[in-house]
Amino acid sequence: MNEHYPALLIISPLLMAFLVSGMAWIRKGICYPLAVVGSGLCAWFSVRLLADVLKNGTVQYRLGGWEAPWGIGYHVDSLNGMVLVVVSVLAFINLVATRRGVAAEFPEKEGAFYTLYLLFIVGLVGMVVTGDLFNLYVLLEVASLTSYALIALGKARAPLASLNYLFMGTIGGCFYLLGVGYLYIMTGSLNMADVASLLPDIYQSSAVWVAFIFCLVGVGVKMAFFPLHVWLPNAYTWAPSAVSSLIAPLMTKVMVYVMIRLMLSVFSLDFTFAVLKLANPMVWLSTLAIVMGASLALAQKNLKRMFCYIVISEIGYMVGGAWLGNAAGLTGAILHILNDALMTITLFLAAGNIYYRINGLELHQLQGLFHRMPLTMACFVTAGLSVIGVPPTCGFFSKWYLITGALQAGQYGFVAALLFSSLVNVILFFRVIEISYYGGMQHAHGHGSPPEPRTEAPATMLTPLLIVSVGLVTIGMYTGTIVTTLIDPVIPAALLR
Amino acid sequence: MKAAGLIIVLLTGGLLLYATQDFPPWGAPDSPASTHVSPRYLQKAMEETAVPNVVTAILADYRGFDTMFETTVIFCAGIGCFLLLRIFRQKPEDRYYRHIATEITLHIKGGKIPEKSREFERIDTLWTPYDLIIKTMCRILVPFIQLFALYVIAHGHHSPGGGFQGGVILGASIILLAISHNMRTAIARISERIDNLLMAVGVFIYAGIGAVCVILGARFLDYGNLSVVLFVDKIMARSHGIFGVEIGVGITVMAVMISIYNNLASAGKQDEGL
Amino acid sequence: MSDLIPMLVAKYNYWLYIVLMMIGLYAMIAKNNLIKKLVGMNIFQTSIILFYVSIGCKKGAGIPIIQHGLNTGHHAVDLSQYVNPLPHVLMLTAIVVSVSTFGVALALAIKIYQKYKTLEEDEILARLRPR
Repeated sequence: MNEHYPALLIISPLLMAFLVSGMAWIRKGICYPLAVVGSGLCAWFSVRLLADVLKNGTVQYRLGGWEAPWGIGYHVDSLNGMVLVVVSVLAFINLVATRRGVAAEFPEKEGAFYTLYLLFIVGLVGMVVTGDLFNLYVLLEVASLTSYALIALGKARAPLASLNYLFMGTIGGCFYLLGVGYLYIMTGSLNMADVASLLPDIYQSSAVWVAFIFCLVGVGVKMAFFPLHVWLPNAYTWAPSAVSSLIAPLMTKVMVYVMIRLMLSVFSLDFTFAVLKLANPMVWLSTLAIVMGASLALAQKNLKRMFCYIVISEIGYMVGGAWLGNAAGLTGAILHILNDALMTITLFLAAGNIYYRINGLELHQLQGLFHRMPLTMACFVTAGLSVIGVPPTCGFFSKWYLITGALQAGQYGFVAALLFSSLVNVILFFRVIEISYYGGMQHAHGHGSPPEPRTEAPATMLTPLLIVSVGLVTIGMYTGTIVTTLIDPVIPAALLR
Repeated sequence: MKAAGLIIVLLTGGLLLYATQDFPPWGAPDSPASTHVSPRYLQKAMEETAVPNVVTAILADYRGFDTMFETTVIFCAGIGCFLLLRIFRQKPEDRYYRHIATEITLHIKGGKIPEKSREFERIDTLWTPYDLIIKTMCRILVPFIQLFALYVIAHGHHSPGGGFQGGVILGASIILLAISHNMRTAIARISERIDNLLMAVGVFIYAGIGAVCVILGARFLDYGNLSVVLFVDKIMARSHGIFGVEIGVGITVMAVMISIYNNLASAGKQDEGL
Repeated sequence: MSDLIPMLVAKYNYWLYIVLMMIGLYAMIAKNNLIKKLVGMNIFQTSIILFYVSIGCKKGAGIPIIQHGLNTGHHAVDLSQYVNPLPHVLMLTAIVVSVSTFGVALALAIKIYQKYKTLEEDEILARLRPR
């Protein structure tokens, strides 16, 4: 059983998705329990797989029994394993938390919704675990297609936002496919490890670096790296709450993981930093991403839209950290994948709870929310502190690694951008806290009416939110363990320490 | 926007064209693509899988995992179109009926005549001529098209073909019915419920065969151990495994094509289409 | 420059497909009508498919179906007679992905049309602006 974990963790949500889709036409009530079982099994197997990797080293799994490069192979080390656990556990938590919202918004099509939900999880998990370049493309398309359909379920501008996302996402996927095609022409293989062993002979070839650029641009479109981010604010704002708290934390982080995997394992470090002189432009672009994301977030009047620009800024952190070229920067980037996923899901779940109660997310509608929904707002404040970078929340530690790495590499512009964005986040979050704390008192002052009744979100929506916000602090406190056991083994020894 | 588009396109095209200088020439038999991984497929496909069509052997056996996700992609498209467009409860609208005996057209607002009425047949809102030749010829052709589709699926081992191609032709046969008659005829043949169940069943067969392989102790989608269940030797078990997944793929693709057509052509209402 | 012509003659297939790709990409970016953008997307994806299939070509080779059937003994396979089958397999997947994306995009276009009664992007943006 142990050796089949990589396959089981894909099979369980996949088979459950097909069962859910069939059961939607036979007996509707069973769709949600089946979806929970599928997603829960995926989370369970990924935790076991990570434990296996930590005990025994890298896990390889040959699908179909053929060894790579003739068959497709899975390659799981501690980096994959960590991202796997993050993706599957957060997707499971979100499934449980958004049950009520989904039942209220799509009563007749729950079966189809949960099918696409499970298939989105399958797409992301498959992308993380695979060791084959073309398999990654197919799974990228599975995840993208389900996200286009899920996002378009929202109200008002959602179909238009989703169509724009579709156009940009297709361009991104096709650019990645072109890059893989160029690599195939030059090496004749599609397996990541095989290509990595064949590439050093042809590093100077123009086809190889054009392949790298196209793969990078393709992945950059999907992870909303400046200036290819234009689809993200509209798509995530107009999506239904259940969908934005699923896609926003996970999709872009998995694409950052793909970029790191391409940089480290396919095009090795020598190529990425020595042959190609892209490090400085990439760090400058990341600086621009951070500054622009932070500034545009200040101008937003809608809470979810503000969060979207914060996400764009965080992507800038991760990409810049990875391209700094030293161990601290890369550690910061990988740690930030975990931390940012947690922070983003907390923020979007809190937004979902608020929307469930007051049916709106404009900043002026949040007055007095602290008194009416104290627990939700407490979790929101914790997430805000983590985004700002206050110890002991996890956001502080990844920022610390990023700043250390940037100082070592001499990229002072990046350090300035990080500090600027922390300041802007302080303004953003304290503005929301002020509106939601003091608004109620002003109300009561004028009319002398009794204080607003407490209408906290229901327990099924509140408990997962509490779990992830406690997780923010816990992961922060265990950062040392995480870095030494999960991240350090992956960092190549050649990087400066 | 056009100027920006032109600049982006010229830059991208220029980069791509610049990179082709290192490519091996077109059709060279010693290029890396033709000498590294592919020779083994060509040389060993017959003795390892007993399938002469090497493309099918790679598609369903060596890289069968990719094909499972490809089937999942088309399944997602079907479910996505359903999720986005389908409207279940509709307000009563105008309906048009033709009295068969006298060919008088009735326009009924907000009501309806029972479906099985013998005197009145329902016609589409957009005026469609009543064409006996087209209806009859298409109805005669449909079983031959389906027979050909089944041939394409089953003969995928020996000639170009396989699950996807055959599934699309099967779907096209039902869509032909929807175009030549009207959508309600096609839905009467394959109802929405059966169609959606078939979508799920097909991919479930594919993933299920893989899961059976895991239960029998081999890797996922390693058909060799199916020899225990099928009572043939390992190589024929691979051949039969390939056939089994092709059937699953064919069922799903047929159902998805019909479902996407129904939802798109009627914009979700599934009462009348093109 | 002198070796540009021999290179062009040897690799004209790649150049042709890249030009096609750029036509499709231009249509996706610059056209106003949503359906024209979709057509551009289809051209882009189809030209990538053609690009890949042309990778596997070999001069004078036939389709990769081994000529000797099941019961005629095992002869050694002459590789130069059969085209490289791997790009064909990859592109079967890419064709299906392209069709699926097209289907979902058409469903989205129908929903947009139902809401805004137009498919021209500038008219839709004009309708959205004075909110």
